[in-house]
Amino acid sequence: MAGKSYTLPIGPVHPALKEPTMFKLTVEGEIVTAVDVQPGINHRGIEFIGMRRNPLQVLHLAERICGICSIVHQYSFALASEKAAGITEIPERAQYIRTIMAELERVHSHLLWAGVAAHELGFDTLLHWTWQLREWVQDVLEIISGNRVNYAMYIQGGVRRDISPEVIQKLKVMIADYRAGIDQLCKAFTDDRVFRHRTMGVGVLTYKDAVETCAVGPTTRGSGVHKDVRIDQPFGGYADLDLDYCLPEKMGYENNGDTYAKTLVRLQEVVQSLDIIEFCLDNMPPGPIRWESNMTKLLQHMKKAEGEALGLNEAPRGEMIHYVKLNAGDENVSIWKVRASTYNNILAWTKMLPGCQIADVSIIAAAVDPCIGCMDRVTVVDQDTGKEKLFSNEDFYRASIRKTRAYQRKVSP
Amino acid sequence: MANPNLGLILKQLFSRPYTNRFPVKYAPASMHATMDAVTSGKAQITPPVPAPEHYRGKIAYDREACIGCKMCIKVCPASAIEHIPGPDGKAKGSKVKFYMSRCTFCEMCVEACPKDCIKMTGEFLMADADKNSDALIVKDSGSFAAPAQPAAQQPAPPTA
Repeated sequence: MAGKSYTLPIGPVHPALKEPTMFKLTVEGEIVTAVDVQPGINHRGIEFIGMRRNPLQVLHLAERICGICSIVHQYSFALASEKAAGITEIPERAQYIRTIMAELERVHSHLLWAGVAAHELGFDTLLHWTWQLREWVQDVLEIISGNRVNYAMYIQGGVRRDISPEVIQKLKVMIADYRAGIDQLCKAFTDDRVFRHRTMGVGVLTYKDAVETCAVGPTTRGSGVHKDVRIDQPFGGYADLDLDYCLPEKMGYENNGDTYAKTLVRLQEVVQSLDIIEFCLDNMPPGPIRWESNMTKLLQHMKKAEGEALGLNEAPRGEMIHYVKLNAGDENVSIWKVRASTYNNILAWTKMLPGCQIADVSIIAAAVDPCIGCMDRVTVVDQDTGKEKLFSNEDFYRASIRKTRAYQRKVSP
Repeated sequence: MANPNLGLILKQLFSRPYTNRFPVKYAPASMHATMDAVTSGKAQITPPVPAPEHYRGKIAYDREACIGCKMCIKVCPASAIEHIPGPDGKAKGSKVKFYMSRCTFCEMCVEACPKDCIKMTGEFLMADADKNSDALIVKDSGSFAAPAQPAAQQPAPPTA
């Protein structure tokens, strides 16, 4: 088989990604030898739509960039447009509520990821268990904002809904339940020998590669890189908190950047998010939740404002940037540019995938938290004969499950 | 080796499913026939899970109280609101109309309205084959001030 290589094109349409992408794997037998990533295939032009709307309208458009981490997009845009318009006196209570919402979303995003990772490896019981846990945080988000997704909570200069004392009680009950649930979940992930076999040493992203590819979020923290916007450039309620980077070494594992390390980072971050929510609930000051409650006045202020700003935020998947430019006399946003975290993390695939088996592609690709379940199809082209074989998402999944079953047979007595 | 999650497994084995079987327990042979039966009162559907307190559903609009200031149109991100000029095309007496098929349910119009003549109700059963059907265009929901006939508790099931 030596010298005979195949090309596996993956993509191009990948709805869960902010930047739908296409990547081509060169394989020799079962081993991936090279990866070529070609992003930018399904450009939605959402920024162009935004540039024909005023900042108050773009808030809700920004929220619809992503279906999972929708609120951080709104948060980033609100931060950027506030800075650009010179709105600095955001009430403290509003900042705390913003932080609580962002952290609740991180909890649900990480639990969703943990379920997907379990599913990719064929542990569907764990998938349902994780998502059952995630259902409670969705209920809480629904009680606070009225919706399970697209919460429409933020506005320039504050938030739109207050958190009432009754809801605070419910949140506290949820946090107490979650602490017990997460403990069990951590055990289910870390004690399982097959899970450790499938993830330890798989998809390794070294410290050097993580820095060179500018990976962000849990992907880079799994390699031991100290990078977290909430700590490096604190904003909102995070400034009052004493946070620490979630690294795999805190759970007694080395910072080697494999899939297991990334799992540990995300499980730790769920607990950290619970701590942050608890701190914010206990220390939430009373007072107004808006800088300006009259929308006409707010629109007038944004219309007169002139300036440009960056809104940085730590999304569940990593650092995210919104750039906003406002021109005086122009009602609409002049320039709006979004750089979402997956854009950085996709490049990490080129370092993580070479050397792995085809059965590991799905878990490694999922480790940076895109939704591999949405992957379209893959065509295997034999370069020598030119024959094509359709390799669907289902085949990938089957290959992954076969590998898990093989390990299970090996480790069971 | 005993499964560490045996307790959980046993508990779930004997507990009822959490799923609310809406609208009917099992998929009927013909959904249209079932819906017709429900509309004519011959059959009952399993009620949906009640919407939460702040739920943003179908818009209710008090046409009489509206002054036609166009604030709702200015803040609507989805251009779901149409302006209807007053008699002889004048600004005086102008009103608006809501297209629920375009609405993103962000509640911005409700907050922007200076006369509080827009509300979001808990109604969510809005599925329709035609996006321009009358059920999806809100023109007037009656006055909010006067205690008119109480709104139906359960939204009407969608007719085929």
